[in-house]
Amino acid sequence: MSIVIYIEHTEGTVKKNALEAASYAVKYAEKTGDTAIGIAIGKVSEDEIKKVGTVGLSKVIKVDGHDYLNHQKVAAILAEVANTLGANTVIFAGSSEGKATGPRLAIKLSSSVISEVVGTPSSTAPITVKKKCFSGKGLANVELSSDKNVIIISTNGFGVHEKTVDCVIENTSSTASDDSIKHLSFDRNTEGVSLPDAELVVSAGRGLKGAENWGMIDELAASLEAATACSKPVSDIGWRPHHEHVGQTGIAISPNLYIAIGISGAIQHLAGVSSSKTIVVINTDSEAPFFKAADYGIVGDAFDVVPKLTAAINAAK
Amino acid sequence: MKILVCISSVPDTTTKISFTNNSTEFDKSGVQFVINPNDEFGLTKALQLKEANPGSTVSVIHVGSATSDPIIRKALAIGADDAIRINTEAVDALQVANEISVYVKANPFDLIITGKESIDHNGAIVPHALAEILGIPSVSPCIGLEIDGTLAKLTGIVDGGKEEFSASLPVVVGGQKGIVEERDLRIPNMRGIMQARSKPLNIVTASGSASSQKIANFDAPTPKAACKMVDANNMEELVNLLQNEAKVI
Ligand SMILES: Cc1cc2nc3c(=O)[nH]c(=O)nc-3n(C[C@H](O)[C@H](O)[C@H](O)COP(=O)(O)OP(=O)(O)OC[C@H]3O[C@@H](n4cnc5c(N)ncnc54)[C@H](O)[C@@H]3O)c2cc1C
Ligand SMILES: Nc1ncnc2c1ncn2[C@@H]1O[C@H](COP(=O)(O)O)[C@@H](O)[C@H]1O
Repeated sequence: MSIVIYIEHTEGTVKKNALEAASYAVKYAEKTGDTAIGIAIGKVSEDEIKKVGTVGLSKVIKVDGHDYLNHQKVAAILAEVANTLGANTVIFAGSSEGKATGPRLAIKLSSSVISEVVGTPSSTAPITVKKKCFSGKGLANVELSSDKNVIIISTNGFGVHEKTVDCVIENTSSTASDDSIKHLSFDRNTEGVSLPDAELVVSAGRGLKGAENWGMIDELAASLEAATACSKPVSDIGWRPHHEHVGQTGIAISPNLYIAIGISGAIQHLAGVSSSKTIVVINTDSEAPFFKAADYGIVGDAFDVVPKLTAAINAAK
Repeated sequence: MKILVCISSVPDTTTKISFTNNSTEFDKSGVQFVINPNDEFGLTKALQLKEANPGSTVSVIHVGSATSDPIIRKALAIGADDAIRINTEAVDALQVANEISVYVKANPFDLIITGKESIDHNGAIVPHALAEILGIPSVSPCIGLEIDGTLAKLTGIVDGGKEEFSASLPVVVGGQKGIVEERDLRIPNMRGIMQARSKPLNIVTASGSASSQKIANFDAPTPKAACKMVDANNMEELVNLLQNEAKVI
């Protein structure tokens, strides 16, 4: 049987989380004894697609003839190609596109679907995978009894594992479509690095006292090429845009590094960030609950500490 | 316009999660259940649309047992006109989507609003799966919704930005903060609570959609080792630790 991975790209550049999905699929296929095959759709060059060879994926099917893609169209095309290949498993990155496309595809394939998955199967009979639940406050080991599965991984929940192989590309075309939704426009967040898939995140809370004080946060983020985030009240008051709100009711992230500045560490905030690999907390209050979830803590005034940290990072470059 | 809001019952956001019975079950003792926060944003949006479009109705639907009736009554107290409870234990997102689709096929709606995800299962599956079963468009997470006659204008969140779509009704929308603002959220008042008691709550027999997933057991997240404190005047040391110990920069 074959395992299919959807290779996402943004305007022709293969996304980092597509590499994570490919890396996951290669390991998954090793466990089940299946063959992993990538599917890339639309305007993306062969050289770009071949990047998945760096994580061990040796075959990709390229579907031509599509410019703009929404999740409904992608699901229609993937269903056609997956059926032709006789795929029993389809793997998606935990991106917005993966999360929107996976459930639709599952219905088309009459398969099961599971999201926020953090590891390859611990058992193959039945397929048993671990997923995040309760907004990161717990993990569930789930047995899948269906013969087909759509698996959506949790961003940064598996990582990119290098293993270089030759990647062969086969071309095909598809007429599958879905025009029931019309795309009008795309409005890119202008600020720096995109938060959902960022590896480094600098985040600040109400301890910063006002929107006018975010300059030092932006400078710290720039020194690390990190994305910026904030606590819920900060976006509620309008100091920062909503898409920066992380936590149980905002977005959940698991970067390699999360620096929390002037954030108390309320349970709802921690729920969305505690699976970050390394957490640094900067807070004036040594009793702030966030220190219990941190790897490195600094008790100090953000207005004093943050510029020093930025200078130290720039000096170490 | 007939609007349906799907609500899920979840542990209050302050709940410390623990497991029982050999880690095979979520320990519900002492846990307060609430309407999933994302669904509350959707419910408020539905009520705003109803007010802007006279003659509209807002129904809420929940797949679950009678233990969820308090949160359904709360949705009625906030302002929904009537409620449907599909009487079966919700075990996975596809089963929930299937059960709701059976009801909706027999009782059509112009607009179906869910939350972008439930904060307990974190599936983000129901909105798109339900839409696909019904063969209609979906936008989730959705932070903007305008209805003009039979046309919906929708703003969805994608990694790195926002996308605008238009589609003919019916559509499925997965709401979250932004579809209405935090300050617009409605809380039940005394009159609402009194009225909710006499609003219809229809208990519907489940179609018996099968589930193909079973939670074998739960794990707690790996606890962090003790936090290493760094002197506020020694940021060079922090940079050194991040580079050479944590190896993250
Ligand atoms: C239903 C619900 C859902 C929620 N969902 C979320 C969510 O998704 N995400 C989220 O973040 N919150 C969420 N919350 C809110 C959460 O409970 C907290 O209120 C919130 O996280 C607190 O934000 P904060 O840490 O920025 O502010 P505060 O709690 O006010 O903390 C400010 C911190 O800054 C410190 N400080 C002050 N001055 C300085 C200084 N000069 N330098 C350094 N430190 C300083 C203080 O010691 C304090 O620890 C939710 C709440 C509810 C009820
Ligand atoms: N048991 C349920 N009954 C009704 N609606 C539900 C139920 N479970 C989930 N939903 C809806 O589906 C959305 C997404 O849920 P999920 O796919 O579990 O993340 C929720 O925000 C609800 O609107």
